[in-house]
Amino acid sequence: MIEITGLTRKYGNFYALNDLNLSIKEGVVFGFVGANGAGKSTTFSILATLLQPTKGDALINGKSVRNEPHEVRKQIGYMPDFFGVYDQLKADEYLDFYGASYGIPAKEREKLIPELLELVNLTHKRYEYVDLLSRGMKQRLCLARALIHNPSVLILDEPASGLDPRARVEMRDILKQLKSMGKTILISSHILPELAEMCDEIGVIDGGQLVAHGSVAEIHEQLQNERPVSVHLLGDLTGFVSFIEEQPFVSNVTVDERRSLVKFSYRGSDEEQMALLKTAILKDLPIITFSQAETDLEDVFMEITKGVEMK
Amino acid sequence: MRELLYNPVLIKELKLRFRSVKSSLGLTFYLLAMSIFVFGMIFLATNMTGSGFFRPDESYFMFIVLTYIQLALILFITPGLTAGTISTEREKQTLTILLTTSQRSWQIIIGKLAASIAFLLLMLVSGLPIYSLVFLFGGVSPGQLAVIFLFFLLTVVAIGSLGIMYSTVTKKTIVSMIATYGSMLFLTGVTAFFFVLAIQSGFTSAVQSPSLFAHFWASINPPMMIFSFVSPEGSQFLTQITQVNFPGWIIYVGFYLLIIFVSLLIAIKKLRVNMGKMR
Repeated sequence: MIEITGLTRKYGNFYALNDLNLSIKEGVVFGFVGANGAGKSTTFSILATLLQPTKGDALINGKSVRNEPHEVRKQIGYMPDFFGVYDQLKADEYLDFYGASYGIPAKEREKLIPELLELVNLTHKRYEYVDLLSRGMKQRLCLARALIHNPSVLILDEPASGLDPRARVEMRDILKQLKSMGKTILISSHILPELAEMCDEIGVIDGGQLVAHGSVAEIHEQLQNERPVSVHLLGDLTGFVSFIEEQPFVSNVTVDERRSLVKFSYRGSDEEQMALLKTAILKDLPIITFSQAETDLEDVFMEITKGVEMK
Repeated sequence: MRELLYNPVLIKELKLRFRSVKSSLGLTFYLLAMSIFVFGMIFLATNMTGSGFFRPDESYFMFIVLTYIQLALILFITPGLTAGTISTEREKQTLTILLTTSQRSWQIIIGKLAASIAFLLLMLVSGLPIYSLVFLFGGVSPGQLAVIFLFFLLTVVAIGSLGIMYSTVTKKTIVSMIATYGSMLFLTGVTAFFFVLAIQSGFTSAVQSPSLFAHFWASINPPMMIFSFVSPEGSQFLTQITQVNFPGWIIYVGFYLLIIFVSLLIAIKKLRVNMGKMR
């Protein structure tokens, strides 16, 4: 269970994070979406007790990152977006070192390490030097490292960044497995469709502020009042373009002459959209198809963050 | 108590350090250099002079020279071993993960310091059989050797602590190295210069009074303190010239313990600098 209240981080006059309020229930996989510099890593650094908030606090399983960082560290497994590994340390020694760092007894570590390596499909690399592993393997090993003390909360900052498609799929499968184990997972990514597939909830952060929060379906709903409409016409497009530009609730009209397509955003109700189509047909405009495009998560993200930039 | 006895950072650092080819090469060259010097000197004193034996005063001279060689080695190697301990972790991007483990800041700092010192101690101890050759020929007491080793230990820990402090407060290893070597230069060179200045100013005044400053600068200067340890005349000379009858070694021990305490305190406080009071 994570409770974030009024979390703010300032660098001079710049707000890297501004009054973030969020509640994430136990066992939920929460996707944090945002452009570079939006405040994702700052949030994760604060939750991982690497950075002190200027204002506000976050409670992880009831422990405050501000006042009980040592206790928080026992509750979380953190995987940063960029990390290095120690040269001349083998995969099992790497995990053993971090296990010891969390105070796990040697006998318990001996049992744990093969299990974790199996979980991340690295059993065959147990005695390989860590710096010789591929990027994807290092990412998986780092995930195993984050799990060594059996934390209830996982904070994964862009775990799939820089991975090839196969490694991405492998990482996604492991995360699904962790989800089934009941872990609360906070994950940030630029690969939005991947998040949609994995996450129970999504938070969109932009300019240090949480601009949207909810399930993937709820975020889609937030955009329902502005639907992208695509109209395929036969012949001359100018008549339809001048007609549509005069209509209420219409914005962002774009024309693709090569494909005889006109696209626009429509904010009216279903009834008003139906009336618009009826009027266009009565005016003998050469419409072949009139369709509402499906908004995917990328569109949602672009739409939401555009709104914040304009503020 | 368990935390004090078992330090994962220390174990890991020792493992990494002793796996490195550089470490074994360094150790080999050090022992080689020491052996060449000792056996070369014995050879010169016995064969080349035609006397066929090695006199105790020659053995004593060899002991003094060896002590200074070891001191130079300590002053030269310690910054190199300690000034990059934290900053290298930062540069290699391994520090963030280390800081999110449940290890306390002091555990990490002490582990790093202990691992660096352990290697230096290994160097000193591995040179001990060569060092001990002086006993074969007399002129040096085991007590003297023990005092010298304790002196070396204190100096190593102090310079090591300085190195770790700079490594924690600076972002780049190169800056930390420069700062640590600079501090070492201050302790060995600048303090000697200040000592000379303080003595000079004492001589120019009409009435010669005890020069506390001169005594202090001499007492915190490692080469000068070695001189007082290896020869009884050394400490007498210092008392005579400064007119302060207070054992220099007490000032040395006090000053270097203070360096250790302050440096480690700063390093521990600054390790999780972004967390303010949160450690």
